Amino acid sequence: MKKYTPLLSLLIFVSCIANTSAKGVYQSQAAFLNQAFAGDIPKVSLIWLTGDIRKTTTQILQHKPSRLRIRYWARATRSAWVLEEIGKERPITIGIVINEGRIEHLRVLAFRESRGDEVRHDFFTRQFSQAKLKPDLQLSNNIDGISGATLSVRALDKLARLALYLDQQRQSKN
Amino acid sequence: MRKCTLTIMLAATFSLPTLALADNDSQQQEIEALKAQNKLIMERLDATAEMLESSSTGRTTDAAHNHSVAAGDSLRDRTFGNHGSKGATTIGGYGEMHYNNLGNKKIGGSDKKEIDFHRFILFMGHEFSDKIRFWSELEVEHAVIQDTPNGANGGEVAVEQAFLEFDLNADMAARAGIILVPVGLLNETHEPPTFYGVERNNVEKYIIPTTWREGGVSLTGRFANSFSYDLAVHSGLQISGNNYAVRGGRQGVSNAPANNLAATVRVNWIGVPGLVVGAAFQQQTNITQGMDANAGAANLVSAHVVWQISQFSLRSLYASWNLSGNGPAAVGADKQTGWYVEPSWKFTPKFGVFARSSQWDNQVNSATNTQYKQFDVGFNYWPHEDVVLKFDYQNQSVPNGKNEFDGINLGVGYQF
Repeated sequence: MKKYTPLLSLLIFVSCIANTSAKGVYQSQAAFLNQAFAGDIPKVSLIWLTGDIRKTTTQILQHKPSRLRIRYWARATRSAWVLEEIGKERPITIGIVINEGRIEHLRVLAFRESRGDEVRHDFFTRQFSQAKLKPDLQLSNNIDGISGATLSVRALDKLARLALYLDQQRQSKN
Repeated sequence: MRKCTLTIMLAATFSLPTLALADNDSQQQEIEALKAQNKLIMERLDATAEMLESSSTGRTTDAAHNHSVAAGDSLRDRTFGNHGSKGATTIGGYGEMHYNNLGNKKIGGSDKKEIDFHRFILFMGHEFSDKIRFWSELEVEHAVIQDTPNGANGGEVAVEQAFLEFDLNADMAARAGIILVPVGLLNETHEPPTFYGVERNNVEKYIIPTTWREGGVSLTGRFANSFSYDLAVHSGLQISGNNYAVRGGRQGVSNAPANNLAATVRVNWIGVPGLVVGAAFQQQTNITQGMDANAGAANLVSAHVVWQISQFSLRSLYASWNLSGNGPAAVGADKQTGWYVEPSWKFTPKFGVFARSSQWDNQVNSATNTQYKQFDVGFNYWPHEDVVLKFDYQNQSVPNGKNEFDGINLGVGYQF
């Protein structure tokens, strides 16, 4: 039996990859926005990452943003953001709804990293609920991490803070 | 003359509204022209921004605005110049340099005062499609690889990982190639900014021989919303009959004998934020690959917990080998065990302190004392989230006649 173990392993492996399918998209952007605005999605707006906004964005991300503008959807005090940040090697897509300067809802829409996808679970994302941005650009809520998913946790934390900051800028512009 | 002046004044009075109207029309036309020009400039600016963003992120605007996919505004780009046929090749890396200033309590033993660029690692990955990708790590240890007449040198160039990963569904992926054995806390996540202590802990060196890589296939996935699992079938260790210590048995997937494979299974429970509880089991069908008739199968059992509450963290691990055969039993190496407990406190996101108590023994059943103990205390300072400066003090207690190193360690490390 022992000598057939490699062959058996190979057969199981091949049968598995024969049924390969895409993983990691948990909710489409459309579904997220529909849910956020009860089916009546506002027109997309853009905020330019220039001047002080760019500086602060860089401070939050700890690297220069690769975009010049960020899209958002807003109605009155409510805004929705769909942002991506790389944890270790691949982007994690996150949808964030902010109302009156607090996170109302945060959801991992797509996870593409090899490890660390535990951050998509509700038990983790619930920690961001009602978080607001402190003057030092940190979240008002404590976010407990997940061992082995440190970089994914960090990516979510950064995007939550960035969305809150950009929402402040959006509000002040109006 | 008076008549003439009056005529001029009357003419001017009646023509003023006409002139004003003409000015208004002209201004309005100018405003409209400026508006059109401004619109054109904004359109061109948007087009330029889109081009820059798409060339930077490798994603077209159409895809980014397609609501049917989960595409967000990407904020970081690691595809350097869009390498590869689809611009999906990524690079990264990590490294660490250590300074050890350790006194040796062994009578006649040499102190250890050295500086060493211990690890320099380059990552490279490529995404063939959204379901199939490649990942690799190339490592240079101890900075210099020098050929010597007797073949002895201080360094190592090694492929630490090189595997293809296939997404099977939302909760499962398969890997094939050189994979890291899914056991312990450090073996898979060992970038210097992610752990305390200049040197890796000795339990995950001598009992779980990190960095432990084998050639094989694995399945990784999740179930019941809070469990993850790994199943791997891979090449086995080939330990020598001198002392049967497991660390010496790593073959590095370099023409490694594969007469006797090994299998590893690991399960983690991640049900609440900050807490990970896991266990792993490995079966080696023959831990000497049939080279030693006095040794045979072996198994490894390990368990770990990581608990983070606010600024407090606790990491703890236990690992134990059971080796069959008269050979290991004769030197007490039929059981090899280790554990550590490491509490830490992060005062700020940039500064944290830790303490660690550890014990390990590669000959538990030996008639003599073969147990090592070590206590470490120190701190990490992160001037940037991916850069760390480390300091620790270590105090060892070792078996008679063995090197006993006490002293300080300094380190710098990075990842990107």
